[in-house]
Amino acid sequence: MAEFLQFLISGLTVGAVYALVALGFTLIYNASGVVNFAQGEFVMLGGMVTVFAAAAGVPLPLAAVIAICAAIAIGLLLHRFAIEPARGASAVTLIIITIGASILLRGLAAIVFDKQFHKLPAFTGDTPVDMLGAAVQPQSFWVLGGTAVVVLALYIFLEHTLLGKAVLATAANRLAARLVGINTTTIMALAFGGSAAIGAIAGILVTPITLTSYDVGTLLALKGFAAAMLGGMGNPVGAVVGGMLLGLLEAFGAGYISSTYKDAFAFLVILIVLFAAPQGLFGRRAVERV
Amino acid sequence: MLEVANLRSAYGRIEVLKGIDLDVQTGEIVALIGSNGAGKTTLLRTLSGIQPITGGEIRFKGERIDRLPPHLRVELGITQSPEGRQVFGPLSVEDNLRLGAYRRRDREIGQDRDRIFAMFPILAEKKHLMAGGLSGGQQQMLAIGRALMGRPKLLLLDEPSLGLSPLLVDQILEAIVSLKKDGITVLLVEQNASAALAIADRGYVLETGKVAYSGAGSTLLADPQVKAAYLGVA
Repeated sequence: MAEFLQFLISGLTVGAVYALVALGFTLIYNASGVVNFAQGEFVMLGGMVTVFAAAAGVPLPLAAVIAICAAIAIGLLLHRFAIEPARGASAVTLIIITIGASILLRGLAAIVFDKQFHKLPAFTGDTPVDMLGAAVQPQSFWVLGGTAVVVLALYIFLEHTLLGKAVLATAANRLAARLVGINTTTIMALAFGGSAAIGAIAGILVTPITLTSYDVGTLLALKGFAAAMLGGMGNPVGAVVGGMLLGLLEAFGAGYISSTYKDAFAFLVILIVLFAAPQGLFGRRAVERV
Repeated sequence: MLEVANLRSAYGRIEVLKGIDLDVQTGEIVALIGSNGAGKTTLLRTLSGIQPITGGEIRFKGERIDRLPPHLRVELGITQSPEGRQVFGPLSVEDNLRLGAYRRRDREIGQDRDRIFAMFPILAEKKHLMAGGLSGGQQQMLAIGRALMGRPKLLLLDEPSLGLSPLLVDQILEAIVSLKKDGITVLLVEQNASAALAIADRGYVLETGKVAYSGAGSTLLADPQVKAAYLGVA
């Protein structure tokens, strides 16, 4: 039981991070139709900028804010100089552009920062909390709580503000969105900035547990993509559920089968989803377009 | 109110509009008719700014607007109910209408929404439902309502009667005539040429990207050539 609980909590924790990455994918995909494979680099930036700002003597909360702002700036630059000029290009072209951007960001991070692993102190100490026999790191609660706050904030934004509804409208029908006077370029920029912020928050929350380095983004982007596919690309609820499921699958798979194959589960999920149910768990069916 | 001079537009290398001259006076209903592929929808898209032009000019109240992005044209008072309805399917009827007023900052948005509900009572009944679940006729009403929520000075209507039952067509046409009484200028694209010309002050007939005939609605209705080609009467 204690073992099961241990796996459950570590699965939920890592799943929350995947959920945030998947949400980043979802937001950009909805606003622009682009699958942004540079999403993982925002997570890396969140962790790395916080580490280096903190090392320079900046208090941790302020360092985190700086990191989020830096990621937003990079997200906006990515949109302005890589995505916007290629407007009208095919989906494959845009995906390749984001892969290129991700390689560039990784390379820059290796030069600007370094190639070492870095750790942040846990926000509220390292003493594990005993929960029915399972030893839970306090940082896990930060990750889960932080994710809940981000999801709730995004939900309120999308469902209860006019700007949020404009994002949904743009996702539903770009032509009609432009005809009612929504500036879809601004909406896309907003989506890139928002995704970058969400990614950076994930990176900051998880770095005390998993460490960070210039190249953590690649694997996180793939896992987040798997989570988004599992939930159904374009569905925010699907992204969160997909992320959590993937995290649990990894944790239980590593615990009960073999930790050697931990990373393989995500790719197995991608393959199974693509073969068996490309629309994912909560995906829209294609007939909706009239 | 609207003056279009020598307007050209192309999809890739295929020129669809080959020098259109057209004008719409304040308070008029102007019908734009023509067969499929004549360029009617393309023309409305250039007016809203979602189809780029390759030549000529568009003036609205005397000012050049052909380089303005779509959202600024909405702000000037040009809104469109597009062909094929194009409602925001996953959003509620009410949200669709609210988004029609996206660029407005005044306090009368709620009143205008109630006016749309009075005009199309079925929308009020279904205001909390997803727009994608409405019938074709209801979606058409919603698309027109959404365009009206922008408080247009010039309303562009693309095929408002397409695919609707005769009863609904009459209801939509009546609604268009009532808009005129509210002082809204209408440019109407229609396949249903006789119905459109019957309610229009003036009409233009488009043939392969050019204006072939123009004149008062009643004159075009009586014109033997227009009759033969577009009204299905020999």
